[in-house]
Amino acid sequence: MSTLAHEHDHHHAPSGLKRWIFSTNHKDIGTLYLIFALMMFFIGGAMAMIIRAELFQPGLQFVDPQFYNSMVTVHALIMIFGAVMPAGVGLANWMIPLMIGAPDMALPRMNNMSFWILPFGFALLISTLFMNGGGPAGGWTMYPPLVLQLNDAFPFLIFTVHILGVSSIMGAINIIATVFNMRAPGMTLMKMPLFVWTWVITAFLLIASLPVLAGAVTMLLTDKYFGTSFFSAAGGGDPVLFQHIFWFFGHPEVYILALPAFGIVSTIIPTFARKPLFGYASMVYATASIAILSFFVWAHHMFTVGMPIKGELFFMYATMLIAVPTGVKVFNWMATMWKGAMTFEAPMLFSIAFVILFTIGGFSGLMLGITPVDFQYHDTYFVVAHFHYVLLTGAVFSLMAAAYYWLPKWTGYMYDEKLAKIHFWLSAIASNVLFFPQHFLGLAGMPRRIPDYNIQFADFNMISSIGGFAYGISQLLFVYIVIKCALGGKKAKAQAWEGAKGLEWTVPSPAPFHTFETPPKLTKAMLEN
Amino acid sequence: MTSIFKKAIQAIFLVTLPISAFADWALNMREGVTPISQKVYDMHMVSLWVVTIIGIIVFGIMFWSIFHHRKSRGVKPAKFSHSTTVEIIWTAIPLLIIIGLAIPATKLLIEMDDTSETALTVKAVGYQWKWKYEYLEDDLTLYSNLDEKSVELSQRADDVDPMEYSDYLLNVDEPLVLPTNTKIRILTTANDVIHAWWVPDLGWKRDAIPGFINDNWAYINEPGTYRGQCAEICGKGHGYMPIVVKAVSMDDYKVWVAEKKQEQDEANAASSKTMTKEELMTKGEAVYKANCLACHQANGQGVKGVFPALAGSKIATQPENLKTHITHILYGKNLMPPFGEQLNDGDIAAVTTYERNAWGNDTGDVVQPGDIAAERK
Repeated sequence: MSTLAHEHDHHHAPSGLKRWIFSTNHKDIGTLYLIFALMMFFIGGAMAMIIRAELFQPGLQFVDPQFYNSMVTVHALIMIFGAVMPAGVGLANWMIPLMIGAPDMALPRMNNMSFWILPFGFALLISTLFMNGGGPAGGWTMYPPLVLQLNDAFPFLIFTVHILGVSSIMGAINIIATVFNMRAPGMTLMKMPLFVWTWVITAFLLIASLPVLAGAVTMLLTDKYFGTSFFSAAGGGDPVLFQHIFWFFGHPEVYILALPAFGIVSTIIPTFARKPLFGYASMVYATASIAILSFFVWAHHMFTVGMPIKGELFFMYATMLIAVPTGVKVFNWMATMWKGAMTFEAPMLFSIAFVILFTIGGFSGLMLGITPVDFQYHDTYFVVAHFHYVLLTGAVFSLMAAAYYWLPKWTGYMYDEKLAKIHFWLSAIASNVLFFPQHFLGLAGMPRRIPDYNIQFADFNMISSIGGFAYGISQLLFVYIVIKCALGGKKAKAQAWEGAKGLEWTVPSPAPFHTFETPPKLTKAMLEN
Repeated sequence: MTSIFKKAIQAIFLVTLPISAFADWALNMREGVTPISQKVYDMHMVSLWVVTIIGIIVFGIMFWSIFHHRKSRGVKPAKFSHSTTVEIIWTAIPLLIIIGLAIPATKLLIEMDDTSETALTVKAVGYQWKWKYEYLEDDLTLYSNLDEKSVELSQRADDVDPMEYSDYLLNVDEPLVLPTNTKIRILTTANDVIHAWWVPDLGWKRDAIPGFINDNWAYINEPGTYRGQCAEICGKGHGYMPIVVKAVSMDDYKVWVAEKKQEQDEANAASSKTMTKEELMTKGEAVYKANCLACHQANGQGVKGVFPALAGSKIATQPENLKTHITHILYGKNLMPPFGEQLNDGDIAAVTTYERNAWGNDTGDVVQPGDIAAERK
């Protein structure tokens, strides 16, 4: 018997480097994704620090305009494709099988591959910064003809996008296959935790939109090297066509970043309000509506290209319509908190900050959706402020909330609550000092993606930079808290949080290498939403 | 670095002397100087107030709940988890609000879209990195470059401080002069990559797309100088191609057009005259700053891998390459745009001479306008 058990362990839990390189275990791969995302968050963050240092005062102090442009471009690509998306996939890997009572992901070998091609993709991207002519510098949106002026870095940029796309599509297929085939008996679709729901919908968005991006960048590649003219008017093409295709991917991409955040917050707020999520079914429908609408609003990113007025009106109405299901979600979160018995541990603090700050980003989003006024806002710092409110104080705050919420389950120890609260307050204050003044800069007339500016913009830029440095430094505290928690501390119970519900809290902390090898029996209480 | 540190402390405490002597704490959109910009501003304020009021109500309720419904006050959590009635209410109310916003927005958009019955047409063409303005009725063409003082102050050097120049990066050598109280059609297009033409005081921006022409209009109420910038990333010089509109009365505009034409005719006539080397070098340096410096840099070193160096380069130093040097300037090569149509023979002769004698190139070559004319096809 003991030999058997030994072999069992040996087979399933290889140690050392091999454990990670050849892993087919959803928990290990989830950990890899999360660590990778955190590393990318700091690399992309370092680029943001360079940007804010250069913008600290008027005049050029540190970098040349070309390098500044490549910082703007690569910062965005790394944060979107390297930090937020992999962090979301990492959480999905770790938590979805635990939440639905499955032993692992449905396609474990593909899971390994979809992670391990990511480091190669980003090695390609970062290597372009050292190439002849520098890294991509035309913005992450890669608009032709500007992107075609890129030198040696160009094919590397295109192949990076292809690789990241392949990785994400494989991840998405895996999530869909897992959720539709491996739920514990009794867990119907409308009994699934909302985090699982938001990820299933996200996975469909990924599968539908990423091939479109792959097609668009391949057309760029043939325009540059094979003499086609998809995007060149001189050869009968149209540069604006690229923008249409890009944003057909790009707008669903926004929700690929945001929907898992909705799922996280919808999990955490009920836990710390000690009250079930309000309006579960309407949350599911609202998420699905947002996802579907996201395919019909792409041109609001390009109102100024000169579309026919009927097109502009259509995209304005569709865009404003998204405010309705998004509003429903915010109201449901409020109603969940209403008459609860709330406590304010770090996950809850980050979640509440998410609701408030994401809503502020939603407000500026509604303003941007009004076409005639967007002609003033477009491509200014108002837009920069808007999308950082939804992506940083939105998506990233929700990821921080998720990390604190599930760290006890991952490590078996409680994190240092006092430090985590300090991390929260530093992050919340610094990010607002960083991004709120950018609204004013944009309204006053400062365009985005410029390395230097008129002195009328000096004061708010300096304040914004100070907020930026403070935010950057405070994230080092997060790394310290995570490492400290991984190394030890107060032992976490199986149910680490008093009000937590769901299958993941029925397994011990830390979660054993294998869980739910036989499907769990679901009690009625567990299935209550 | 100590001065940066000092300024940081000033900013933290909002004690912004001496910065505040120039900077303003503009918080809101500019109202502008056209009927449309005024309406855009009003629409902006309406939507801003709508979201502010919603925000106060929503966040107010939330904070009330956070304060009262906390475990430390000994409350017991309620059990309710759905209510179809409230779901319908909070779906319907936002829907009504956005319909309320969409109606005036639609009206305004239709008004902005009407480019009929304009009295004057100007075509703005974006170049990397300058604007060309063609007055179609008056048969006048201008190139509008970043002004020399901004060019000097924008170099990465320790001895320059742009804080003393209030029009830094928002001034040009040749402003776009437009008449007031006239419906002006402004066409936008581009020569190389996508740019965007934006003067906030006119109330809109519009992309300038190579191969396509967008049409827009403006009706300027008040004479004055209105400044804006390119608003679509267009490469290294994106932050360095401002737009300056100088609005004057129709009579003054007509006088200006006549004077400008005469000035251009005289300059063209004079440009074929032979100059001394000193004259060529002085003129050449000015032409270089306005047209060449953005890529090839003040020291002629270019940007490695993107823009070739001129200092010590084969084309700018070897006698047998003089002809190639001139034709590159006239007709362009790869990323380099053709300058033959924007610069006259005298300008090109001067800048060629300058490039062959500056930064230690010291070829001693003197290129005269006649040499340029000989290379023009």
